Amino acid sequence: MTESPASKPASNGEVCPHARNGLKPERNGFLKSLQQQSRHRDRDRDEEEVHAALHHGGLYNRPFLESFEETPMLVAVLTYMGYGILTVFGYLRDFLRHWKIERCHIAREKEEQKDFVPLYQDFENFYTRNLYMRIRDNWNRPICSVPGAKMDLVDRVSHDYNWTFEYTGRTVKAVINLGSYNYLGFAENTGRCADAAAEVSIAYGVGVASTRQEIGNLDIHEEMENLLARFLGVESAMAFGMGFATNSMNIPALTGKGCLILSDELNHASLVLGARLSGSTIRVFKHNNMQSLEKLLREAIVHGQPRTHRPWKKILIMVEGIYSMEGSIVRLPEVIALKRRYRAYLYLDEAHSIGALGPRGRGVVDHFGLDPRDVDVMMGTFTKSFGAAGGYIAGKRELIDYLRCHSHSAVYATSMSPPVVEQIITSMKCIMGEDGTTIGSDRIRQLAQNTAYFRRRLREMGFIIYGNDDSPVVPMMLYMPAKIGAFGREMLSRNIGVVVVGFPATPIIESRARFCVSAAHSRELLDQALSAISEVGDLLQLKYSRHRIQPSGARPFDDGVYEDVDD
Amino acid sequence: MASGQQWVLVEMVQAFYEAPAYHLILEGILILWIIRLLFSKTYKLHETYKLTEREKEDLIEEWQPDLLVPLISKDHPSLKYNIVSGPPSHKIIVNGKECINFASFNFLGLLDSERVKEKALMSLKKYGVGTCGPRGFYGTFDVHLELENRLAKFMKTEEAIIYSYGFATMASAIPAYSKRGDMIFVDEAACFSIQKGLQASRSFIKYFKHNDMEDLERLLKEQEVEDQKNPRKARVTRKFIVVEGMYINTADICPLPELVKLKYRYKVRIFLEESMSFGVLGEHGKGVTEHFGVNIDDIDLISANMENAVASIGGFCCGRSFVIDHQRLSGQGYCFSASLPPMLAAAAIEALNIMEEDPGIFIVLREKCKHVYKALQGIPGLKLVGEPFAPALHLQLEKSSGSRSSDMQQLRSIVDYCLERKVALTLAQYLEKEERFLTPPSIRVVVTVKQKDDDIQKAVSCIREAASVLLK
Repeated sequence: MTESPASKPASNGEVCPHARNGLKPERNGFLKSLQQQSRHRDRDRDEEEVHAALHHGGLYNRPFLESFEETPMLVAVLTYMGYGILTVFGYLRDFLRHWKIERCHIAREKEEQKDFVPLYQDFENFYTRNLYMRIRDNWNRPICSVPGAKMDLVDRVSHDYNWTFEYTGRTVKAVINLGSYNYLGFAENTGRCADAAAEVSIAYGVGVASTRQEIGNLDIHEEMENLLARFLGVESAMAFGMGFATNSMNIPALTGKGCLILSDELNHASLVLGARLSGSTIRVFKHNNMQSLEKLLREAIVHGQPRTHRPWKKILIMVEGIYSMEGSIVRLPEVIALKRRYRAYLYLDEAHSIGALGPRGRGVVDHFGLDPRDVDVMMGTFTKSFGAAGGYIAGKRELIDYLRCHSHSAVYATSMSPPVVEQIITSMKCIMGEDGTTIGSDRIRQLAQNTAYFRRRLREMGFIIYGNDDSPVVPMMLYMPAKIGAFGREMLSRNIGVVVVGFPATPIIESRARFCVSAAHSRELLDQALSAISEVGDLLQLKYSRHRIQPSGARPFDDGVYEDVDD
Repeated sequence: MASGQQWVLVEMVQAFYEAPAYHLILEGILILWIIRLLFSKTYKLHETYKLTEREKEDLIEEWQPDLLVPLISKDHPSLKYNIVSGPPSHKIIVNGKECINFASFNFLGLLDSERVKEKALMSLKKYGVGTCGPRGFYGTFDVHLELENRLAKFMKTEEAIIYSYGFATMASAIPAYSKRGDMIFVDEAACFSIQKGLQASRSFIKYFKHNDMEDLERLLKEQEVEDQKNPRKARVTRKFIVVEGMYINTADICPLPELVKLKYRYKVRIFLEESMSFGVLGEHGKGVTEHFGVNIDDIDLISANMENAVASIGGFCCGRSFVIDHQRLSGQGYCFSASLPPMLAAAAIEALNIMEEDPGIFIVLREKCKHVYKALQGIPGLKLVGEPFAPALHLQLEKSSGSRSSDMQQLRSIVDYCLERKVALTLAQYLEKEERFLTPPSIRVVVTVKQKDDDIQKAVSCIREAASVLLK
């Protein structure tokens, strides 16, 4: 057993703020016990920066490069100071509002209900009132076109520091869209998908007005599910009307009391809610850290349930394909090895990865060249790559049969809207190449190229980029609270729509901008966006990286990886 | 005194010299033993049982988990779904047979309205199908804002918020307000969506008997006594009553005026789920508040789905901005989910237009409901459950055979019999193990404005015939 040098936490001699954010060093832990040999193919990048587990003797079929550069000490200190100042001012302004010196815009409780127990604790909304409100204009920006490569925004202004917005009636035309999860560019209002959806809405109408189990099981639902099973390479599949609810309403059908759920610490809220509703015991392992997962698995099996020491009925590992805030990809080969060794079950949420990863667009399983039958529960959404709505669960026939009888969604929730189903069918056929064109495979290749290009250019510019080299979700670190708002506004003024996120969606000091690369982006569009990002980056001093790499043509996109598209 | 002590000390030293060696050794050992006892770790049970690596491996080898899901027998009643080909409108093709639809919640017949379809298509041509994002991240479309405004205006409330899934609406709204330690009073017959919302909130839940205001008041009084004992806790314990306008499980309505009285008497907030009554009850279809003439501002939160009367997809909450706005950051199903496809929002807007233009549609629906209600009375072996103006009634067995599955079997045979004769009905489906209070098995009979008198006539005589043939 050898240990890859890359698995060691970065230690480049200086005091790093490890302890502060606590996450960084362990984040890249990978499985030692399963690793027979490791070859380190250093692609002209600092070793410390890329905490990557490369080629674990056969476990990985392609390099697994994931980086989470540490927060520079000075930046961390300044970020905390920023929050400190905001908090002090927040208290000051709350004080002024309380004494009616400053006008208060907050909606008030009804007069008759003043003596009720307050609906909100005062401190609950401190953050919203004093921090979020300052930069609220960066979110919920209404759009009035297809969320494609470019979009039109509804222009709005605020005359009272974001407490209320006024729509000017104008639109901001042709804003470059780096925010929508339109990975394969299927958010379209023309073309085959839109035409097919239109036909179906004429034939079926848009509603269903019943549940799957009662009388809302349309023939196109069945058709879509059969296609989906074929697409994923599994025995059977079932679709649901909402991605969030797919998790929150089906996990309770799978596990219950006496079962253990091992959940990644950065799992999406829907997985967390589903786990909680199931009544199972939940334990959390460090993000994508296989040592942490293995430790929990061993302990769980050896010690059994707390207090009674009865053995667990079953153990379910819940992971996501691509983590939407980190841009990291799950170490699936290792997770599968672990789940096999410890006889646990695996629930894989492919909300972001289905369509967006893998040479055939079949998600993270395809990306690593694994067998979909090794994943017990394959979950995903249609919202992103397919440009539709809803979610699915796929797996063995027994699993889906059980869900057809016991899923909360199948019994109580209205089934999926027919045009949405048709959009899924057409876009999926396109990805599979069953429409007789190569549009699907072209888009998959385009997305991979765009991702590689976009990530490389940003890194060359000196930004700190998180996540896996193959992930089309590209988080770029901003750190300071003031820069969240500034970056979002500056980019919009350059006609580029970006997503910025801060606490509570991220750890408090790790505010970031998130770009979602799409196959619909042309190279020119990306270049335009990149030069704007670079410009704003200089303006706001966002080029934090201390591992700046030289721009070079030495590492062009490796086309060979995606050449073996076979359908 | 001091010299006396010194004397004692001298004597001790003398005694020490005189003592035999074995004695000293023994005492020395005893002292060391005491010291050891004092400093030794406390006795730990599990340390003695600490497992070796070998034993751990054995345990891991031995452990056999349950199957991921229990095996389902091939003839499980709910495994095989009816297949509907074509639109589930007034005429519906179930398993290849064209039937009159008495099963879909398409109360106002808007599902195949040409106007609605046209608006949906226009929206599709403009926006495509999906939104590719949650509301926060470029998933808010101008259509969503318009729909929210229209809903607020329609309901005459300050604000409305839309969700992309009807079921998620109440299930997200409840935990947005009620947290751990808070108190919720719920009607026993509350629908599954409410039950899930309660579970997600982790609050204390007290169930009162269905529509029994005395029982509710008893619980509220108990709580008042409890509060007086611990006023500090009471000051931060939020209290809610969660009821449905028209109960989907029992097809009757909540006594809203009494609930509002109780609300102000005991200072409890009311959350009202109106999925079955929105677009059905009241002169303008505003639901149970309009039906009773209750001021809508007295209800803290109203939620409904747009999947029944509106015949689109999604749900909404409405009320005062003070309450509703909170969900924009705290409603999980709102924040973390992709937004409603714009074409579905456009369809909902057009449905609202139709409802506003022609309030006569609600009168027609009520007339039909009364007609069906009257016609379904007195079927031997079956009893009708629900209000005369309820559009989704339940037909239960008059006498249960004692076993739920055989009851279901009997009712299913009636449904199949009618299906054979071109009347589409459905059993009301429940997750029997998950429901808090399971209602008796029943056949759902849904009334829509599209059903003509002879359709109703045919359906009723069909059910009557089935009951007389199949129920002994």
